[in-house]
Amino acid sequence: MPELTDLTLLESLQLLRAGQISSRELTQACLERIDSLEPRLRAFITLTPELAFSQAAAADLLWQAWRRDPQAEIPALLGVPMAVKDILTLAGVRCTCGSRILENFVPPYTATTVERLLAAGVVVVGKTNTDEFAMGSSTENSAYGYSRNPWNLERVPGGSSGGSAAAVAARLVPAALGTDTGGSVRQPASFCGVSGIKPTYGRVSRYGLVAYGSSLDTVGVLARTAADAAAVFSVMAGYDPGDATTLDRPAPPIRLDGQPDLRGLKIGVPQEYFIEGIQPEVEAGVRSAIGVLEGLGAKVQPVSLPHTEYALPVYYLIAPAEASANLARYDGVRFGLREAEESLLEMYKRTRGCGFGAEVKRRIMLGTYALSAGYYDAYYGQAQKVRTLIKRDFETAFESVDVIAAPVAPTTAFRLGEHTDDPLAMYLEDVFTLPANLAGVPGLAFPVGFDARGMPVGMQLMGRHFGEETLFKAAHAYQQVTDWHTRTPVL
Amino acid sequence: MTLTLAEVEHIAELARLELSEEEKGRFREQLSAVLDYAARLQALDTSGIPPTSSVLPARSGLRADEPRPGLTPADLLRSASQSEQNQFRVPPVLE
Repeated sequence: MPELTDLTLLESLQLLRAGQISSRELTQACLERIDSLEPRLRAFITLTPELAFSQAAAADLLWQAWRRDPQAEIPALLGVPMAVKDILTLAGVRCTCGSRILENFVPPYTATTVERLLAAGVVVVGKTNTDEFAMGSSTENSAYGYSRNPWNLERVPGGSSGGSAAAVAARLVPAALGTDTGGSVRQPASFCGVSGIKPTYGRVSRYGLVAYGSSLDTVGVLARTAADAAAVFSVMAGYDPGDATTLDRPAPPIRLDGQPDLRGLKIGVPQEYFIEGIQPEVEAGVRSAIGVLEGLGAKVQPVSLPHTEYALPVYYLIAPAEASANLARYDGVRFGLREAEESLLEMYKRTRGCGFGAEVKRRIMLGTYALSAGYYDAYYGQAQKVRTLIKRDFETAFESVDVIAAPVAPTTAFRLGEHTDDPLAMYLEDVFTLPANLAGVPGLAFPVGFDARGMPVGMQLMGRHFGEETLFKAAHAYQQVTDWHTRTPVL
Repeated sequence: MTLTLAEVEHIAELARLELSEEEKGRFREQLSAVLDYAARLQALDTSGIPPTSSVLPARSGLRADEPRPGLTPADLLRSASQSEQNQFRVPPVLE
C-alpha cells in the first residue's frame, strides 16, 4: 500500500470502492501532512478538520451501505479530500478572500461549485490562500502572508490560486478548487507542476464565487493529473439557476478510457506565444511536448493570433474596471470590516482604505479612472473593442485547428519579492494566460518538464467554447506516455 | 502620460478610498506606468468593431417567478458589524 497522500484522486476512489481504505484514513493522512508541512508552505488560510472528519464519517457510512447493496447510487467522488480556494463560499466557514476587509466574514450560503462537490461526497479539509480578491500572480498579495512553492521555498507558487496549487503539488490534498480570471488556475498549476483546468466562460457556476471581474471570472480545478481534474470538473459543470451566466446545455461526464491516441486532432501553435524574452527552457519544454502529442497521432500546424500582444493592456483595463464596480460593496455596512463612525462618507473611505491591500487599491483606482468621465471611450471603450479582435483571432484559428498549444507563462516560478515593487512587471507574467479569459475559451495547463533550477515548466492547451473534453483527452494521452506529472517535490 | 496628484486624489474620491500621502505618490507613478503601457491600444484602428462586454451569446435571462426559500434577515445581519431592529445600522446620513 502506497502512502495515502501519494494517491491520486482516482486511485483513492478505487481503493475506497474496494474497501481497502476509508475516507477517515485518507482525511487523517491529509490533515497530518498539512500539520507537518503547513508551517513551511502556508497553503491554507483556514483549516476545517471537524467538518472534514464528519464528512468523512458520512462518506464511510455510505460506502458501507453500498457494500451491502451494490445497486445503490454512490456519489461520484465519495470520501475524497479536497481543498477550496478561500474565495468560494462554504456556509458557516470564514471566507476571507485573502483580504483584511473580510477577516471575520462567515458567509451564510455555499457556492454552487462547493455544493456540487459536497453532493458528490467530497471531504473539505480547508480554504486555501489566495492573492487578495484573486488579484495577483504570486499569492504575495494575500493579507495572510504569502504561500511558498513546494519545489523551492524561496520561490512563489504563482497566483492567485497559489495556495491550491502548492497544496496539490505538496500532496496535502489530491485536488483543490481554484478560480481563473486572467490565468489564476493555469499559471500556479504551471509554477507548481500540477494540472489545472480553466473552464469555458459560462460552463461552471460562479454563484458563491466572490466577484472580481465578472465578464472573465471562472471556477476551475487543480489536481495532480488531467484525469483527476476531469473527474472533479465533471461534477461541477453545467447550468445553475443561481448564475444567469451559466449556459443551459448538457455537461456529460468526461470519459478518458482507452489507449492514448490523438489521430484526427489538429493542434495549432501560435507564433505570438514564442516571443523574445521567454525563458529558453520554457520554449524547449513546450515544443518538446508538442512533439509528444504529434507522436500520438496529432497533426501540428502554425496558427496566428495576431492581437495577442494587446491582451495585457485590454485585460488590465477591463478587469480593474469590473473590479472597481464589484468591490464597491465593501463599504462597512452589510459585512466585513468597518472603520470610522463620524459620517457615512468617512466610514466608506476609511473602511476601504484600511481594509484593502495595495494591489486591490491599485486596481480599483485604475478601473475607476478607466470608467471615469472623459476617459471611458479612450480606455474602457477601446479595450472592449480590442477584446472583440482578440476573440475573433481565436474564432479564426479554431476554423482550422481543434486546440492551441502554448506556454502558460514566459518563465518558471520567480523568486519571492522579485516583482512586488513593480506592478507592470508582475502583470507581464500573465501575458499568455489573459487571452483565453478575454475570449472565454477553456484552457488546461499541465507539466511538461523542468528547468535547470528544478522548477516545473507548464504547457497550456486552449480549446473551442465548451471544448473541455478535447483538452482533457489530449492532456490525459500526454500523461499516459510521460511521467512529469508524477514527480514530487522533496519536502 | 503622468497623472497629477490632483487626478489621483479625484479618482480616490470617486472610488471612496482613503489614501495616505505616500500611497498617493506611489499610485501616481505606478498608475501612470500602466496607463502608458495601455496607450498602445490607441494605435489600433477599431472603427466599425463592436465592443465585447460578454462572450456569451445574447439571450433572455428571465426565469419563472417562483417563490422559494431564501436567507433570513437574521442570516444576513449576522455578517454586519452593527445592526438594530432587524436593519443595518450606519452613521448619520443627514446631520
